[in-house]
Amino acid sequence: MTTADTVPLDPQQVRQDFPILHRLVHEKFPLVYLDNAATTQRPRQVIQSIVQTSEQHYANVHRGIHTLSEQSTELYESARRKVQQFLNAAWPEEIIFTRGTTESINLVARSWGDANTGPGDEILLTEMEHHANLVPWHQLAARTGVQLRFIPLRDDGQLDLEQLERLLSPRTRLVAVSAMSNVLGTVPPLERIVQAARSAGALVLVDAAQWVPHRPTDVQAWDADFVAFSGHKMLGPSGVGVLYGRRELLERMPPFLGGGGMIRRVTLQGFEPAEIPARFEAGTPPIVAAIGLGVAIDYLRQFSWEDIQAHELRLTRLAHELLEQIPGLRILGPAPENKGGIVSFVFRRIHAHDVAYLLDRHGVAVRAGHHCAMPLHKRYGVGASTRASFYLYNTEEEVHRLAEALDQVRQFFRQ
Amino acid sequence: MFSGPEEEIYQEHILEHYEDPYHRGHCPRATHAHEEDNPLCGDFIHVELHIDPQGVVREAYFDGEGCCISQAAASMLMEQIEGKTVQEVEQFRAEDMLRLFGVRLTPNRQKCCLLSWKVVQQALYSPLQQKDRDGSAARRSPGQDASSAPSPAPEPPTKDAP
Ligand SMILES: Cc1ncc(COP(=O)(O)O)c(C=O)c1O
Repeated sequence: MTTADTVPLDPQQVRQDFPILHRLVHEKFPLVYLDNAATTQRPRQVIQSIVQTSEQHYANVHRGIHTLSEQSTELYESARRKVQQFLNAAWPEEIIFTRGTTESINLVARSWGDANTGPGDEILLTEMEHHANLVPWHQLAARTGVQLRFIPLRDDGQLDLEQLERLLSPRTRLVAVSAMSNVLGTVPPLERIVQAARSAGALVLVDAAQWVPHRPTDVQAWDADFVAFSGHKMLGPSGVGVLYGRRELLERMPPFLGGGGMIRRVTLQGFEPAEIPARFEAGTPPIVAAIGLGVAIDYLRQFSWEDIQAHELRLTRLAHELLEQIPGLRILGPAPENKGGIVSFVFRRIHAHDVAYLLDRHGVAVRAGHHCAMPLHKRYGVGASTRASFYLYNTEEEVHRLAEALDQVRQFFRQ
Repeated sequence: MFSGPEEEIYQEHILEHYEDPYHRGHCPRATHAHEEDNPLCGDFIHVELHIDPQGVVREAYFDGEGCCISQAAASMLMEQIEGKTVQEVEQFRAEDMLRLFGVRLTPNRQKCCLLSWKVVQQALYSPLQQKDRDGSAARRSPGQDASSAPSPAPEPPTKDAP
């Protein structure tokens, strides 16, 4: 991934590309959009791609002989190649378009999991996983009898990797771990985890939903077997995501969903599955969204990852500095230097829902709840938290507005 | 400072119930109890009632965790149903609850407001076993193990959305 041909990241300039960031909330407050870990906004370039594909090229892919179908197919396949390069995958066939991270992980659990796990086998997860990297494994356990084990979280928001070797064994078939926690921002040392998993003979799945939008991804350097992420968290459209899978593995995996597109031949007696990636893309895929994801990747690649990371760290540091001064507010998870641009916090005696409601009244959009990570919240003894999460278009001024609004929430509830 | 119409749902009478709730705690002579959570926003309400042999709700207590709306609504409802017959409480419909609350709520937050109302309706038909009474009318605090709850216990407060 070269940085030579990038432009410097200027958030004010970037904001010009995002029409929605210029709207008002409740008719008078400029939007302060700090819910990027849930989903990000789209630049004009992505919006235009959606319009242009729809107005000029749209048809079903891999089916028709006519012009539009050929053009759609070419755009869709070129989006696949963009994703391949973006992840430094060895082959375009290793890129499977799904509806998102959730479907990507379910695909692995269903296809690989059903065929390769049984009683006596184990899957190693962590205590910080999003429900998308938890429930599919619970479901698999119910089907095949595989046992789930968990790397615990420490009090400081980091995984307790002292336990790693003890938890791994020849029974471990898969280690499935987030590259970045969507609540704490924790970034576990993937290299160490992959190495340990390899020594135990286990495969590795990385839930990279929060990582891919913010940090450089090199699936070959990671040496991961599966990597899952979503387009809508990286400036792309919703409805499209990716499963990267190592070619040798994908080629041996049975299909997940059955239908058109995933077959080579069908008879009344049965079917023969298609080659990868088609084998895992049953039905009409998210054509316009996948093409839009390719454009989102082009957009992100204008900037260097160093700039993006430095900018998010600056905002995260400022948020910590300002929020730590608010009485009764406690930030969950590691220090800014040891995590991504995610700041989750709880107020003593003010429910996260009330916090988010009042922030919204001032145009500040944050997430409140357990962010699809109930076991993590239970681990820290909190029912719900409020989360601010940053991206390349957020500014220091917005962090100040968050802090000011939070202090007003505190005063409102007379804390 | 937050003021004016933007904060209309946090009106003074609601904040008062939230900060100084009516009968938050344990009903010493509880005969009926029930609890539920709201999967959307994670609010959690436990209700204990003392219903006398004539079918009158003599005392109503609640406990729980959650947002201002759910907790204030529970407090208002406890006040409202004391002295009413079981039949009268049954006839107190969801619309009546929203009216009692007195502030227009969006559909999502109506669920917060109606949680305690739902729990009360169930509690009317959830008599405690004799052994559960007298001090041990099992009230589950969120951290406590689910096995000590009186009824099939829901998980602690949850809020889920993709
Ligand atoms: C870490 C993590 N994994 C998985 C998901 C699920 O992504 P999606 O809802 O796009 O399938 C999310 C996003 O909510 C996430 O943050």
